[in-house]
Amino acid sequence: MSENIKVLIAKPGLDGHDRGAKVIARGLKEAGMEVVYTGLRQTTEQIVRAAVQEDVDVIGLSILSGAHSHLFPEIMKKLKDNGKDDVLVIAGGIIPDDDHAELKDLGIKGIFKPGTPINEIVEFIHQELDVA
Amino acid sequence: MKIDVDKILAGDEKTVAKAISLVENSRGEAFDLLRELYLKTNLAYLLGVTGPPGGGKSTLVEKIVSRWVDSGEKVAVIAIDPSSEFSGGALLGDRIRMGKIATHPDVFIRSMATRGYLGGLNPAIFDTVLVLSAAGYERIVIETVGVGQNEIDIVSLADTTLVVTVPEAGDEIQSFKAGLMEAGDLFVLNKSDHATAHKMELILKQMIDLARSDDSGWKIPLIKTIATEEDGIGDLIEEIAAHKNYLEVSNLELDNKKKVMKNHLIHLLEEGLRNKYIEPLLKDKDFDHSVDEVIERKKDPYTQVSEWLSDFGEGV
Ligand code: B12
Ligand SMILES: Nc1nc2c(ncn2[C@@H]2O[C@H](COP(=O)(O)OP(=O)(O)O)[C@@H](O)[C@H]2O)c(=O)[nH]1
Ligand SMILES: [Mg+2]
Repeated sequence: MSENIKVLIAKPGLDGHDRGAKVIARGLKEAGMEVVYTGLRQTTEQIVRAAVQEDVDVIGLSILSGAHSHLFPEIMKKLKDNGKDDVLVIAGGIIPDDDHAELKDLGIKGIFKPGTPINEIVEFIHQELDVA
Repeated sequence: MKIDVDKILAGDEKTVAKAISLVENSRGEAFDLLRELYLKTNLAYLLGVTGPPGGGKSTLVEKIVSRWVDSGEKVAVIAIDPSSEFSGGALLGDRIRMGKIATHPDVFIRSMATRGYLGGLNPAIFDTVLVLSAAGYERIVIETVGVGQNEIDIVSLADTTLVVTVPEAGDEIQSFKAGLMEAGDLFVLNKSDHATAHKMELILKQMIDLARSDDSGWKIPLIKTIATEEDGIGDLIEEIAAHKNYLEVSNLELDNKKKVMKNHLIHLLEEGLRNKYIEPLLKDKDFDHSVDEVIERKKDPYTQVSEWLSDFGEGV
């Protein structure tokens, strides 16, 4: 693990809400991370390919459309198929509590709700990646 | 981390990506790999794209790359954005405009932060070019924001440099570093759908005439584009090809490669000296003491430095 943490912030599917993703991208940048932001309406294939080519340490999925239960399993499967399952995956947006367990079973380590202070997310990443 | 050279040469994406991370983050460990790659590799043709933020560089890059892959080339993009001086972090957003080429099997896109490299160009950029060339990318586009000296250094790596301007960049253009005007082999006036495009075109033509008055056979073209509508891209592709051809027939290609290598050797040397001598010196607790002594006028800075240098000479 290098001292420069590299993160991909991605918005899967047809979801047009990008404020949260931008807030997170900016916040992580200000916390010293190198953040690749790919913009709205990314296919699962685009997300996985970007994660591989950019060799990111973290993937942050932002979703407010309600399609997480459909899109996240697809992303996790493609990551595995491409040998990129050594990456920390976290998510945020509008994701009902009832769905958290199912998503965590997929290997999504952290799910963050609206209003989560950015420090909490930064700390979580540091802890998971085992950096100070 | 062990990198399989054969996998790089075979173009395996994950291995290539890991190799670039090694080159960026753990330079000392990357040298064995780079040594082996260099002797097996012809460096790719490099197109540098620079200009003010928001000018449409990434949008143009997507269109150029898209045409190149359609004609059978393998193309890589290195998209460089500045690191924040305060946090050290960076927002790398060039992929936003490159969605269409991002999943093409013959395209590899890598975003990089400048990492506020002291003393000129971060040598990791050249080394990334080497890794991508070894992986079979015949053409590499380097996108940078054209503002500072660092960016001018980056475009100086390129065989062909494209300077992207926009109609509303009037004042910015005037304040462009002279070096950037000189570095440009081609100028693009993008967003020429905007109302003031014609005025800007006249200003630019004048500046281009002033910028480079060499007697070479290359006449710097100004190409008007509307990147978002793919307008003017055909002309641009032709002018890039013409410049590439000009470099080949005029032997300037070799001159450029020599210049680039000379710079890279200097950068590597500086990097090596810094890691071997300067960094340990800075970490040494005597360093602060030496600063104090100079401040208190017990010693002058020139004597101090020459003492350090003679210590280095003894291999301390
Ligand atoms: C603003 C807004 C819009 C704007 C979006 C503007 C934009 N460019 O983003 C507009 C008006 C365009 C819009 C449109 C629609 N919207 Co709307 N919208 C909202 C609203 C009011 C606020 C969202 C927002 O910007 N919040 C502020 C940001 C900063 O918060 P955030 O995104 O939640 O992000 C925070 C956390 O979630 C987390 N986070 C987010 N992403 C990530 C990622 C990672 C990695 C991490 C760690 C954390 C993290 O951290 C952020 C900071 O705390 C919400 C309601 C709400 N209260 O959330 C509805 C809401 C999201 N919209 C909704 C709907 C239905 C729509 C429409 C379908 C409406 C319609 N019928 O046309 C359209 C769809 C548009 C589209 N193409 O997708 C629903 C979604 C319902 C669902 N998922 O089941 C909501 C929840 C409203 C509701 N209660 O019904 N919307
Ligand atoms: N009107 C107009 N907008 C453009 C044109 N080219 C790019 N843009 C828009 O300008 C913005 C910045 O483009 P981008 O490629 O990200 O610029 P960069 O920062 O130079 O890489 C985007 O919103 C583009 O859609 C153009 O020719 N005309
Ligand atoms: Mg850009």
